[in-house]
Amino acid sequence: MAKHHVTTTVNADPVEFLCTPEQTLLDVLRDVLYLTGSKEGCGSGDCGACSVILDGRLVCSCLVLGVEAQGRSVETIEGMASGDELHPLQQKFLEHAALQCGVCTPGFLVAAKALLDRNPDPTETEVRYWLAGNLCRCTGYDKIVRAVLDAANVMRRS
Amino acid sequence: MNDVPMQALTERKLKIVGTRPLRPDGVDKVTGRAKFGADIHLPNMLIGKVLRSPHAHARIRSIDTSKARALHGVKAVITAADFTDLPSEFIPAGEMMVNYRDMTRNILAREKALYEGHAVAAVAATTEAIAAQALKLIEVDYEVLPHVMDVAQAMEPDAPLLHENMYTIGVEPTPAKPSNIAKRVEFSLGDIAAGFAQADVIVEREFTTKPVHQGYIEPHACLASVSEDGQAELWCTTQGQFVVRSFCAKLLGMELSKLRVTASEIGGGFGGKTVVYLEPLALALSRQACQPVKMVMSRTEVFQASGPTSGAKVWVKIGATRAGRITAADALLKYQAGAFQGSPVQPGCMCAFAPYDLDNVRVIGYDVVVNRPKVAAYRAPGAPISEFAVESVIDELAQRLKLDPIELRLKNAAKEGTRAAYGPKFGPIGLVQTLEAARAHAHYRAPLKANQGRGVASGFWFNIGGETCATLNLGEDGTVTLVAGTPDIGGSRASLAMMAAEELGIPLENVRPVIGDTGTLGYTFLTGGSRVTFSSGMAVVEAARSVVRQLRERAAKIWEIPLESVIWEDGCARALTGEGGKPKELPLAEIAKSAGKTGGPIVGNAAISAQGAGPSLATHLVDVEVDRETGKITILRYTAIQDAGRAVHPSYVEGQMQGGAVQGIGWALNEEYIYDQNGRLENPGFLDYRIPVCSDVPMIDTVIVEAPNPRHPYGVRGVGETPIVPPMAAIANAVEHAIGIRFTELPMSPPRVLKAIDDKQAVQA
Amino acid sequence: MDYRSPGSVQEAVTLLTAHNGAAHVLAGGTDLLVKLRGGFVAPEVVVDVKAIPQLRQIESDARGFRIGAAMSCAEIGEHAALAAAWPGVVEALNLIGSTQIQGRATPGGNLCNASPAADSVPAMIAAGAVCEVAGPDGVRDVPVENIVTGPGRTSLARGEFVVSFRLPRPRPRSGDAYLRLIPRTEMDIAVVGVGVALCLDEAGLCTHARVGLGAVAPTPLLVQEAADALIGTRVDAAALNALAAAASAACKPIDDKRGTVAYRNKVAGVLARRAAQIALERARGGHG
Repeated sequence: MAKHHVTTTVNADPVEFLCTPEQTLLDVLRDVLYLTGSKEGCGSGDCGACSVILDGRLVCSCLVLGVEAQGRSVETIEGMASGDELHPLQQKFLEHAALQCGVCTPGFLVAAKALLDRNPDPTETEVRYWLAGNLCRCTGYDKIVRAVLDAANVMRRS
Repeated sequence: MNDVPMQALTERKLKIVGTRPLRPDGVDKVTGRAKFGADIHLPNMLIGKVLRSPHAHARIRSIDTSKARALHGVKAVITAADFTDLPSEFIPAGEMMVNYRDMTRNILAREKALYEGHAVAAVAATTEAIAAQALKLIEVDYEVLPHVMDVAQAMEPDAPLLHENMYTIGVEPTPAKPSNIAKRVEFSLGDIAAGFAQADVIVEREFTTKPVHQGYIEPHACLASVSEDGQAELWCTTQGQFVVRSFCAKLLGMELSKLRVTASEIGGGFGGKTVVYLEPLALALSRQACQPVKMVMSRTEVFQASGPTSGAKVWVKIGATRAGRITAADALLKYQAGAFQGSPVQPGCMCAFAPYDLDNVRVIGYDVVVNRPKVAAYRAPGAPISEFAVESVIDELAQRLKLDPIELRLKNAAKEGTRAAYGPKFGPIGLVQTLEAARAHAHYRAPLKANQGRGVASGFWFNIGGETCATLNLGEDGTVTLVAGTPDIGGSRASLAMMAAEELGIPLENVRPVIGDTGTLGYTFLTGGSRVTFSSGMAVVEAARSVVRQLRERAAKIWEIPLESVIWEDGCARALTGEGGKPKELPLAEIAKSAGKTGGPIVGNAAISAQGAGPSLATHLVDVEVDRETGKITILRYTAIQDAGRAVHPSYVEGQMQGGAVQGIGWALNEEYIYDQNGRLENPGFLDYRIPVCSDVPMIDTVIVEAPNPRHPYGVRGVGETPIVPPMAAIANAVEHAIGIRFTELPMSPPRVLKAIDDKQAVQA
Repeated sequence: MDYRSPGSVQEAVTLLTAHNGAAHVLAGGTDLLVKLRGGFVAPEVVVDVKAIPQLRQIESDARGFRIGAAMSCAEIGEHAALAAAWPGVVEALNLIGSTQIQGRATPGGNLCNASPAADSVPAMIAAGAVCEVAGPDGVRDVPVENIVTGPGRTSLARGEFVVSFRLPRPRPRSGDAYLRLIPRTEMDIAVVGVGVALCLDEAGLCTHARVGLGAVAPTPLLVQEAADALIGTRVDAAALNALAAAASAACKPIDDKRGTVAYRNKVAGVLARRAAQIALERARGGHG
């Protein structure tokens, strides 16, 4: 089967790539565009490590076909910082020690950004339920939730 | 390194150790830049895939790979025939032992497939699609055999036999017939018959636990590149690059020096990445193809084929006087090892009663094989299972004696000088402190409503030391590169850099820690056994003290005064001139700048076998609520209290406590392997293998107590493993207090809980 | 495998018919991609219906709502009028999977994937949803409870697919609710799912009710006996008990990796009662 030519936007940059219809957006990001920040933890949408924002919507990139990115806009972890300035969420994750091994961290950061873009003042419960699709095995989630709430605070004040 | 006097440990003024700086590798981790096992690509790379047995137990009559080899794009195909059959030899891998004969068979099945998912062959091809197609072309002739999945059934005399040459070790005389019982172990002190005779109250219970997986979010992944002259590079996600080198070199018949192993960043291990699965296969495929081969497990493969911890049957009997003094304790542990021997039944036996000061104790354990994936280490291997049982019985004993459960534990708590059932006498340990902190905590006094209950449990893990190297390289600008050999799975490189900076008296930002590959550092045992902050810390401190000595020597040379007249303070050499003049001072950067002229590069090396790792003890409190109509258990509140010896970076100590507690919550409530009657795994994914999600748990409050370990320059105890030990019993105890039903079988999933509630109501009606 | 993205219903029907059963509809992809990866399906062509305007809009008028079958659960959740009119349906859709799943999953996919445990279906059944099905013979209406015929099987003929769901405008003094039992707090497939919709008259008597059950039989169920337990009553304790008993009696569950027969039977009754209580509060609260 011949590959499809896809034109899309990734982290505000125009991008073109070739992919087979079977390749997922995650496959494309990691193996064609070498953006390995999004991780494959399960391949079935159960762990959230592959989270990206597609046309403003938080999704699992392992459940989107590469061809479906045609004409859309994709935001990944690689686009979260601005130059050498970290996003407040990234900064707060570091300050709160909200990561141990760090493999789930990109997915959590993208998911948390999607939350705060939509709801700048979430409660702890809202944060926990929004992030329920992101699995972490190292931290027990405590410091992640604290970091998100603290980042929300900082972002509201600025 | 000599023991540190306790006073020195507690009174030393520290500037960096004990604070909470940002970790040095943090920015790469929050930007997606950090490279994990599957994040690497090489030119000319092939994709490797594994063909796995669909049967739980089958003799392999033949494997025909010819059609796969003929497929265009396939560059290599291997089976067990491509590996030497190694003789039996036990070696340590973390806190477990592995056997080379078994390892040869686990990486690729030889005579038999022993579990669904057992690797049978592997291919490397130019694309993933071609590799997948090639697997379909491999023809395996299986003779399906009856299988056995349950430890009790496997111990029956007529059970299907996994290994024809398995004769139980540890029984006298050696049995005449082979069985599935690999080993029997026993630990004892005193006279339990006499002990039970003295007891006023005796509680006896049997418990059942299921295998649970470590649940690391990153699947196993590696990239192997073997050159035409047999030199090889291996990139892999692992807890121990040197151990991987040892295993792979042995399996492939390579010299150690020919194989250079680099540990990638690791996306979780918890003991599960202390063994090899894909690595020897990728090397063998690459050797055949002379091209790099990348292999990544799917999540399904992780569950089917990588080692969970054991499921078990545990029987516990404890007797005590009316005053609350335990007079005898007895336990029988039957652990399933999976398809090859080596369950953690021995550490399970050793830890079972370790939190208690007992005169009469006996623990007997059996290591039993079944047709499931070979068990691997999982955070305090063996201890969560046995201590779940013991801490549950202690709680029931407290109820029978009408004693507060913390009081009962305090009356019997192990302290400095207590002799453990498995031999040694404890040095200073902090169990009593954790119990007292629990009793004093606001959590213990908080009011509870209907259908809510509170549980307490303590936990013990001994921690290990081991072979460890570290190097500190001083740059000419005075900044330092720290090369450690223990992969960082929890943020430990921050603690190592902190100890180095503290010793040298320089800012933390001036120390850059890197994890060295096997070509750049001396042999370092793997990350495991909660040993990194302890052992690598000890090595780093020794290397740093060597650097300090060299810096003093250079200053003495520059000042032309004796070495004894030079001290190191605040990152500077200072001369004790004794005269009224201004004291001489040379900061580290100055000495570094002139190092070439004063004697050459300044390097500190340490190569140690760290001894004296102290046990870490903990007490956990949990409040639960039970929905009597649906059987659902909600965790309302959780407090974890643990002795860290000295918390070098308190945030990462807290992180270990919280992470282990939540793993324990999953183990208690929902995690288990579910097999069908054909021995096939029904839930090899995160959908139905249910680890806790963010909304399942509350904040996990933590209290760090410090009973310094005098065998470490900073008093450090490993903390990583103990946190997973108390939760299951704490929760079972809380549930009992909430609804009056004691669960002795894990997990306490809603259908089981509701059935128990309904059965109890039926009995009462 | 090929990928096509038709821009009209007709084009999609033509593609689906032409490939003789070897074509698969792609909406949110949250079920299809998992099946593709697992090797459970191997279609010749995947027909992405998200470029078809009728599937990607929500219309509302005096008669009710028409929800495009390929709207995402998240988009549906943001439709204030629909969420106010049929909170049970919208909540059910927003329980599927995780936030990420809801960003893609669709009611059309959730229904036509034909899992007995699909979260939105019991709520849709209770609400009396009707599917507009397009196919080679034109468009036809099918009550939602008649779509799923067995695990993984639907009554759709070759070339047919669901274009939209119609929900009536809710009657005065009506309310709906959906509850499910899962072992964790999120992410799990429902072990039991119950949708209840009811309507009261001015005197507080229940004049109308529908009850849908999920995960307790080979298909989602419309349970008339359970509705009958409420109709004509004040939805008091006795009626709720009768409802619970009828719900339990209607179950034909299996033992599987998510729950046992006994558990499902029991909990269906518990959730039916709880869902009815929420629907009742909504009905009394001036809703509809």
